[in-house]
Amino acid sequence: MKALFSQQLTVLNAGLASFADNIERAGGHAIAMNWQPPADGDRLGGLALAQLLNQPEIELANQTAMNHYLAAQPTLVDVMMAGEAIPALAEQQLILHAGPPIAWQDMCGPVQGAILGAILFEKWADDLTQAEALVRNGEVTFEPCHHYDAVGPMAGIISRSMPLWVVENSTNNNERVYSNFNEGLGKVLRFGANSDEVIKRLNWMGTELAQAMKAMLLESGPIELKPIMAQALHMGDEVHNRNAAATGLLLKQLVPALLKTSLPQAQVQQAISFVMANDHFFLNLSMAACKSMLKAAENVPNSTMVTVMARNGVNFGIRLSGTGNTWFQAPANPVNGLFFPGYGVEDAAADLGDSAITETAGVGGFAMASSPAIVKFVGGTPADATNNSRAMQGITLGGNPAFTLPALNFAPTAAGIDARKVVDNLVLPIINTGIAHKKAGVGQIGAGITTAPMQCFVDALSALSTQINR
Amino acid sequence: MQVSCTALLNYYLANKLKLTGIYMVIKYKAFENLYQDSVSLMQISARLNKIVGVDEASVVMGTEANLSRMADAGFGDNIVAKPNDLVIAVKGEEEACNTAIEQAQQALTAKPDEGSGGASFSPPLTSFALGLEQHADANLALISVPGEYAAAEAIKALNLGLNVMMFSDNVSLADELQIKQLAQKKALMVMGPDCGTAIINGIPLGFANVVRRGAIGVVAASGTGLQEATCRIHQLGGGVSQAMGTGGHDLHQDIGGISMLQGLLALAEDDATKVIVLISKPPAAAIAERILATAAQVDKPVVVHFLGQADSQATATGVYFAHSLAHSAEVAVAVLRNQALPNAQFILSAQVQEQVTTLKTQLTPTQRYIRGVFAGGTFCFEAQIIASQYGLSAFSNTPIQGNHCLEDVWTSQQHTIVDLGDDDFTQGRPHPMIDPSLRNQRMLQDARDASTAVILFDVVLGYGASEEPLAELLDTLDQIRNEQVSMPALIAHVCGTDLDPQARDVIRQALEDAGVIIADSNADAAHLAAYFVSQLG
Repeated sequence: MKALFSQQLTVLNAGLASFADNIERAGGHAIAMNWQPPADGDRLGGLALAQLLNQPEIELANQTAMNHYLAAQPTLVDVMMAGEAIPALAEQQLILHAGPPIAWQDMCGPVQGAILGAILFEKWADDLTQAEALVRNGEVTFEPCHHYDAVGPMAGIISRSMPLWVVENSTNNNERVYSNFNEGLGKVLRFGANSDEVIKRLNWMGTELAQAMKAMLLESGPIELKPIMAQALHMGDEVHNRNAAATGLLLKQLVPALLKTSLPQAQVQQAISFVMANDHFFLNLSMAACKSMLKAAENVPNSTMVTVMARNGVNFGIRLSGTGNTWFQAPANPVNGLFFPGYGVEDAAADLGDSAITETAGVGGFAMASSPAIVKFVGGTPADATNNSRAMQGITLGGNPAFTLPALNFAPTAAGIDARKVVDNLVLPIINTGIAHKKAGVGQIGAGITTAPMQCFVDALSALSTQINR
Repeated sequence: MQVSCTALLNYYLANKLKLTGIYMVIKYKAFENLYQDSVSLMQISARLNKIVGVDEASVVMGTEANLSRMADAGFGDNIVAKPNDLVIAVKGEEEACNTAIEQAQQALTAKPDEGSGGASFSPPLTSFALGLEQHADANLALISVPGEYAAAEAIKALNLGLNVMMFSDNVSLADELQIKQLAQKKALMVMGPDCGTAIINGIPLGFANVVRRGAIGVVAASGTGLQEATCRIHQLGGGVSQAMGTGGHDLHQDIGGISMLQGLLALAEDDATKVIVLISKPPAAAIAERILATAAQVDKPVVVHFLGQADSQATATGVYFAHSLAHSAEVAVAVLRNQALPNAQFILSAQVQEQVTTLKTQLTPTQRYIRGVFAGGTFCFEAQIIASQYGLSAFSNTPIQGNHCLEDVWTSQQHTIVDLGDDDFTQGRPHPMIDPSLRNQRMLQDARDASTAVILFDVVLGYGASEEPLAELLDTLDQIRNEQVSMPALIAHVCGTDLDPQARDVIRQALEDAGVIIADSNADAAHLAAYFVSQLG
């Protein structure tokens, strides 16, 4: 207080702009802020945020969580059957899905369609009617992938006979995380398709492709994922909605190793053509790598760092490092995007999938500056893409020097979302996303950009504040 | 060939080391899985090579080819790195090598200056945290957001190390207490909630006047009280070091005068402050006692004015009791100048007597009542106190003890003194200091009332107040004069200084020309009006 009297007065003005003008007129220095009610006007949420600002124990916790995230070295080590990697899947008729928990009757079309497809694929039922009856009788249970350290794009369906990528982090006691295999575009399970063609492909993926990939990894040895992502960011990918370069870089490692295996040539050829034909093949590995990095940051008491963002086609859910496994959910925000010919916004399902784990880890929408092609989905310009990446610097704890953005003069991607900054600065995390048709099985009908809903962050902070005050 | 080259190089190096006699070392550091493109790495290498004492530096990805190239270049063959690892290797004097590795590390992790790379991007300043990021020297948050959000903003500002002035009102006492306790803990200043005015380091904040800097520090729990005192100090040729508002609830029992005590102690420590003035409506006895006890301990003269408690006498050396807002300024200036204390009472000079006699002749017998029409809440309060000293019991929307509530705040009854800045009148409408039309309407209404003997009013100048306080007021006065067969007397006080944007002298002259009697202070205006009415019998 006494110190103030001997300093030059510099005023930050929140509210009546004329007060700032008057201070300037009177020869003082005032900055007129563009103040808006924080937490979207949630008074108590705003108060909770205020108490959490600039608290030493939180800053320290965030530093710890951030360091764990930065130090992570996600490495692709194996391919396993889901029932083997996640024993719960073998022990019961359990199916994992994307996003926060949701009951069957509340699920969106694509997720329901994909679940029925998985039931057919597992041969728990002979046809869709039987499959649905099974669900209605409560004989199949559902849980989020994240509850088992797994991630899956769109519907994110994982059942026991599906192959999973196994990614280990050597800096986190070799803790493992998982993701399913990418099926390509068109009629695919993750968009809710469950026709014979889809099931047939899943069967091939669960057998021949899985074998090939496992054998390939034995030849290649563990594959470090961060360097592939980092290079892809310099090649026009943001490793969420665009994975063309990353898939190519993966192929460079995959093909020679695959050719060294003793598998029949036809199987090798088929595996290579499958990967070649799918520019999104790397997406699931990018997601697993991101999950691995963020898992390292989980469960740091008092930390306000976001460790999960995921959508189930109805709700958007987040988790904070400091609040453990609790989900904070709100209805997903609409997607601002472009639609394939013949489709429009009225056909779109709500935002869906675990793939927002990429944004949580500082790539995807956060690295949009690397991928000007993506911004065209919303009719934007490359300048919008770089501004989006810069805007994310305002809500993150720092940058990830492992992932740099050429368009920002090789600045590290903004990483480690601080829920406090989201609520205080009123800047929502940007997510690049595909758009699913709301009816099961139609598939992807567009792509665009969306944001995480504010309420999740407000609720998460309120919960953390209650936890700290207790 | 390769081998012999390397051997030659090593031989050469070894000899060079011997020859120069300088202890040269090779240092390296590997960063696991930190991919960077080779061009940016070459840039960093080039920069490191310029460091004095560095013989050679290399920053590369740890591919087999790169490692063997480094071995060829004399960095040895014991560098352990994987192709995805980034390797910094430096050769040279030990200290220079350490510096180089440190610099490289910084270059790799620092957020680069984007320079001319496209349009500059600055996010809108939606929060104090962002504001501080861009203006690290900011030291005060001025908060005038809607009351329901104000507490959170104040707590944030304090947590970020900012002093706070809360213009916002409608903050609960519980929140106010929490805010003030937090400020105490952090040794930061909180003015408000409901603090309308302050002058910090010579800069007027909120509704404040332009006042000469000087040696008198003021802490006031009343906005217009602070304006009146600081303006009077200026008018007397004195100056103000700091003027802090505490907000109207600070001396409430639940808050306990935290801000006033904190302000008092800050001024006590402030070298520029020689005399301290404390102003408040009468606080609870226990709080008054605590403030007076603290004031007595301060080794600077403290002038105290608790409105309506003018009869208290100084009980401790160095503590002076003033009798009105203006009087507190007068006492402070006298104490500072080592002069005799100014008279507390209104002086019924011959001139005043004559003025009153003249005014009386202009009235009809029905004109008997005082009608106080105020924009400043504390001016209304002070006018009621003074009127009561002349035996005038008045009606008000904000009655002091002994006065009565108006049946209808929009209509005067008998002696009426209203605060038009109170919530009763300002719901959905700007404060009358900002937009005086409500005050002007009320004056017209009272002038038309045949029982009105005198209209007593205030004109408040300074930043925040109406930029053109005269325009509509002069029209209103014209209208009154044209309409009334028998004009009520008009007595006013202009709170402001000659340095204010509205220029006090000009305003006073224009009002006098329009037939208004201008007093030097609110207290003088109230005394004159009340004495006059008391003489009507």
